[in-house]
Amino acid sequence: MIQVILPANLQTLAGVGRVVELELPAPVTQRAILDALEANHPALRGTIRDMTTKKRRPMIRFFACEEDWSDASPDSPLPDEVVAGKEPFLILGAIAGG
Amino acid sequence: MSKVRVLVGTRKGAFVLSSDAGRKKWKVEGPQFAGWEIYHLKGSPANPDRLYASQSSSWFGQVMHRSDDGGKTWETVGNQFAYEGEVGPHTWYDGSPHPYEFKRVWHLEPSLNDPDTVYAGVEDAAIFKSSDAGTTWSELPGLRTHQTASGWAPGAGGLCLHTILIDPKNHDRMYGAISSAGVFRTDDAGKTWKPINRGLRSNHIPDEDAEVGHCVHRIAMHPSRPNVLFMQKHWDVMRTDDGGDTWHEISGDLPTDFGFVVDVHANEPDTVYVIPITSDSLHYVPDGKLRVYRSKSGGNEWEALTNGLPQKDCYVNVLRDAMAVDQLDPCGVYFGTSGGQVYASPDGGDSWAPIVHDLPGVLSVEVQTLA
Repeated sequence: MIQVILPANLQTLAGVGRVVELELPAPVTQRAILDALEANHPALRGTIRDMTTKKRRPMIRFFACEEDWSDASPDSPLPDEVVAGKEPFLILGAIAGG
Repeated sequence: MSKVRVLVGTRKGAFVLSSDAGRKKWKVEGPQFAGWEIYHLKGSPANPDRLYASQSSSWFGQVMHRSDDGGKTWETVGNQFAYEGEVGPHTWYDGSPHPYEFKRVWHLEPSLNDPDTVYAGVEDAAIFKSSDAGTTWSELPGLRTHQTASGWAPGAGGLCLHTILIDPKNHDRMYGAISSAGVFRTDDAGKTWKPINRGLRSNHIPDEDAEVGHCVHRIAMHPSRPNVLFMQKHWDVMRTDDGGDTWHEISGDLPTDFGFVVDVHANEPDTVYVIPITSDSLHYVPDGKLRVYRSKSGGNEWEALTNGLPQKDCYVNVLRDAMAVDQLDPCGVYFGTSGGQVYASPDGGDSWAPIVHDLPGVLSVEVQTLA
């Protein structure tokens, strides 16, 4: 099972815990994860990526296996560790503070 | 016995404050939508248990919610606000053309007689309508495509449509106010709109009495007299007696005529409330004193209401959607501050007390009077 970690505000919105598990056929990509996430939790539509263009919202980041995948092609295959559920796919809000 | 429910939108969630008709003892519930900016939440006049809420965040965008049990539980509804047709530009801060982009919903105005119909005023300025209880939203594009729209420019808060008023005697007539474009009126249920800014003068635009370009902060109406509107403009408090065709100034003896809120007493159409703010560069009350000003003569003569409000060392602001009145007699008046206080007066403004002291900064206050 693929493990997706959501930021706290989206956990509350979707009514889920920190980790959401998804079962997806290969190839597992950013787009496939987000499509499945939004299909399973419609409240998340528009909060991670634009509903029409599917472009990532500017202050959202995607991390996997200690790499920043935010600007990678949404159709690039994700690392095997993510596919195998050994490493999570992290969705983060940009840090705020001062 | 009647009850009141005060719906408070803040920078970090929504709160529901409720009381009996005495309006002395309050129950505080919340935060709902914790951590999110709640620009506005409002109940349907046709079904007070039907509430709509605009939830937004710079990170996660716009989310919309609906409640069918008076705010106890909420469900997410549609959050797709797509402009109709080809989307042209408005004017950017530097004078260049800038494409329209949806940013957030500032204001929700439920229909007066259909709980499933609700209007949304959004940034960049446009009006949307839902006829299915918020599930889907369609733009009423006649406003955004008005021939003057390419010249509309945002104020510091953005190009926002922040106020929608529906004429209770003629539901085809509505008013929308935009910062910083001005006030617009439709007489055909939103198909076409016209600017109604004659009489406004604004020295931040090259032509002080131009057709559009005025930074209107808020307009208010008494339902028994819908042709009379009161306006808090960036500077100046204004009034129209002809549905916006002409405006005249009623700032009179106010200590400063800059401010954001204006509202009308529920039972006295000529009793008006404003909260003067020092200036456009000093967004806090003058002299460290939080004073509501009341005119019982429809403007020009104002009295300071201070009983129960802090009269020293107070430097809060009160934003445009953060004042409301209930429908009881005597009329209750409510407002929320940037410092997180929500004040209530159960006697038309003669005396005040805080309902809560320490909420996040208040963005909006609405009141429901319940049987």
